[in-house]
Amino acid sequence: MTLAIDVRGLSKSFGDKHVVQDVNLKVEEGRICGFLGPNGSGKTTTLRMLCGLLTPDSGQGTALGLDIIGQANLIKRRTGYMTQRFSLYEDLTIEENLQFSARVHELDRRKERVDKALERLGLLERRRQLAGSLSGGWKQRLALAAATLHEPRLLLLDEPTAGVDPKARRTFWDEIHALSAEGLTVLVSTHYMDEAERCHEIAYISYGRLIARGTADEVIAAAGLVTFNGEGAGIDRLAGEIAALPGVDMAAPFGQSLHVSGTDRAALEAALAPYRRAPFRWEEVQPSLEDVFIRLMETSQDNFR
Amino acid sequence: MTGFSLTRVAAVMIKEFKQLTRDRLTYAMMLAVPVVQLLLFGYAINSEPRHLPTALLVQEDSVFARSIVAALKNSAYFDLVAQARSPAELDEMVRRGEVQFAITVPGDFTRRLVRGERAQVLVEADAADPSATGPAVAALAALPSQALARDLKGALAPAVGKAPFEVVVHRRYNPEAITAYNIVPGLLGIILSMTLVMMTALSVTREAERGTMESLLATPVEPIEVMAGKLAPYVAVGLVQTAIILLLARFLFDVPMVGGWLGLSLGVALFIVGSLALGFLMSTVARTQLQAMQMSMFYILPSILLSGFMFPFRGMPAWAQAIGEIVPVTHFLRVVRGALLKGQGTSDMWRELAALLAFACVVTALAMARYRRTLD
Repeated sequence: MTLAIDVRGLSKSFGDKHVVQDVNLKVEEGRICGFLGPNGSGKTTTLRMLCGLLTPDSGQGTALGLDIIGQANLIKRRTGYMTQRFSLYEDLTIEENLQFSARVHELDRRKERVDKALERLGLLERRRQLAGSLSGGWKQRLALAAATLHEPRLLLLDEPTAGVDPKARRTFWDEIHALSAEGLTVLVSTHYMDEAERCHEIAYISYGRLIARGTADEVIAAAGLVTFNGEGAGIDRLAGEIAALPGVDMAAPFGQSLHVSGTDRAALEAALAPYRRAPFRWEEVQPSLEDVFIRLMETSQDNFR
Repeated sequence: MTGFSLTRVAAVMIKEFKQLTRDRLTYAMMLAVPVVQLLLFGYAINSEPRHLPTALLVQEDSVFARSIVAALKNSAYFDLVAQARSPAELDEMVRRGEVQFAITVPGDFTRRLVRGERAQVLVEADAADPSATGPAVAALAALPSQALARDLKGALAPAVGKAPFEVVVHRRYNPEAITAYNIVPGLLGIILSMTLVMMTALSVTREAERGTMESLLATPVEPIEVMAGKLAPYVAVGLVQTAIILLLARFLFDVPMVGGWLGLSLGVALFIVGSLALGFLMSTVARTQLQAMQMSMFYILPSILLSGFMFPFRGMPAWAQAIGEIVPVTHFLRVVRGALLKGQGTSDMWRELAALLAFACVVTALAMARYRRTLD
């Protein structure tokens, strides 16, 4: 197997704030790796270090076989990076933005490539529209097209679908999978659990440390979480009360039902025993990725303190 | 809930005040700018320049000639800095702008004086900037009646109310003392500075502010490529501005254009590139477009006040002249006025051109050193 990303001991601080601490990350070529973690956990900083936008304080490694410190400029030529905030030129048209991208990467057959990208986006008719006038979903698709115009081998996406409606998100992810099928390696940061589940594998980072790694199922299994789903009128209002019980790590209402999780099965059962009465019905369920992540977030926070 | 609420006014006021103090650069500028500028310009600007450099050509060695020289020395207006050996050399000094005045005491001065035959002293003034020479020329009026008062006694004493000799003043380069001849070419430098420095200063900070810098830095584009690409369109803007200003100067203000086109073109090119690079340098320091604007304003003021554009350069005290020499516009103004009004060639203005070249190179080097290719 070839590794598209292989970094060890990556660290970065801004002032006295240790944003990324000792992160090791390996991503196989052609895989889509979901990069998860709470806000401010160091995801953006890690992505920026991978594509040469930030210089790590310590650590080393390669992206696409190239040294991330010494060969940042070569990495830039082979990598597509899509920023969290829309960062194309709003006062240029869709077509002009793509042309800029094509020129700055010194691509040949520029017109052909730009036309192809416009066609793929379905924006041929709107090519002369200003990029700033596009809706959120279209902006993201345009940014993706611009980031992949030079046919990179590695794609770094920083929360690409934040604030985008579900249909546009689905279209976006279909494109990511199509690109991945062509051999592109994708590292994508996200807060959405459904998106995490669409990834081949997941890396979970919290407070600058990588704390979980593997496929969605592996991450769920490794968490060792037991989860019960309770239903019945008014059960969602018991969330606060149940969450405070010993043995319960968290209780989160989901519409009419309540997810209660804990790591100690016996303690959890004991805590729930008083609530095993009408109108409530309880059944054990597979913990969701979200349950696991909230659990991870809380424990890592504790460790950090 | 409606009506005027002092609490709500206070809410906005407190928020504004806090935001103001958080932007350190703005804060510092608000306090420092008035103090610096008041001291700087208050002491530096002087609309009645004295101690103007003057060259002398004395073609006879006589008591009278020495007395006239002594009288000139005594006046606060003329500083005798050079002795010319020939009229050609004297002429050269004025054309190059090394001296403001050239005074000739002709070889037949004493003979004519003794015979009562209208003895003359010739004063050539570089009147390209009328305000620089005006007061000094006015002071010359008193010279004939006073300079030789002690020497001319007895038989030589002049008739009452009659001056023993006359001072002939030639105002060169702008004989009619038309202010526009001086101001309009100077405006070329000011307008180019104001627009070009600000435009490039904004162009990079705009990228940073809008977030497009992150995308740009993620591409393989090199700093020097960014700079060249960003400056090129504005070079064209600067050239168009220059053409417009020169055309208007010629046809609207009748500014004479004697020549010196090669020197002028070189000066314009260097000044445009230097100004744009300076704007680029500012944008690597400023974090926001507002700060970039403030910096360019900070640069413009000395360019207007200390460069000799608005007030005679030689009227300023030595320390202010030293600051003025650092301001690029000063050198550009000398090139433009020298070329258009005096017809200076490149050999006459090479010092100014060299200064502009140094300005462009130093600023470009600093900008490249400051420009960050990462977000660190």
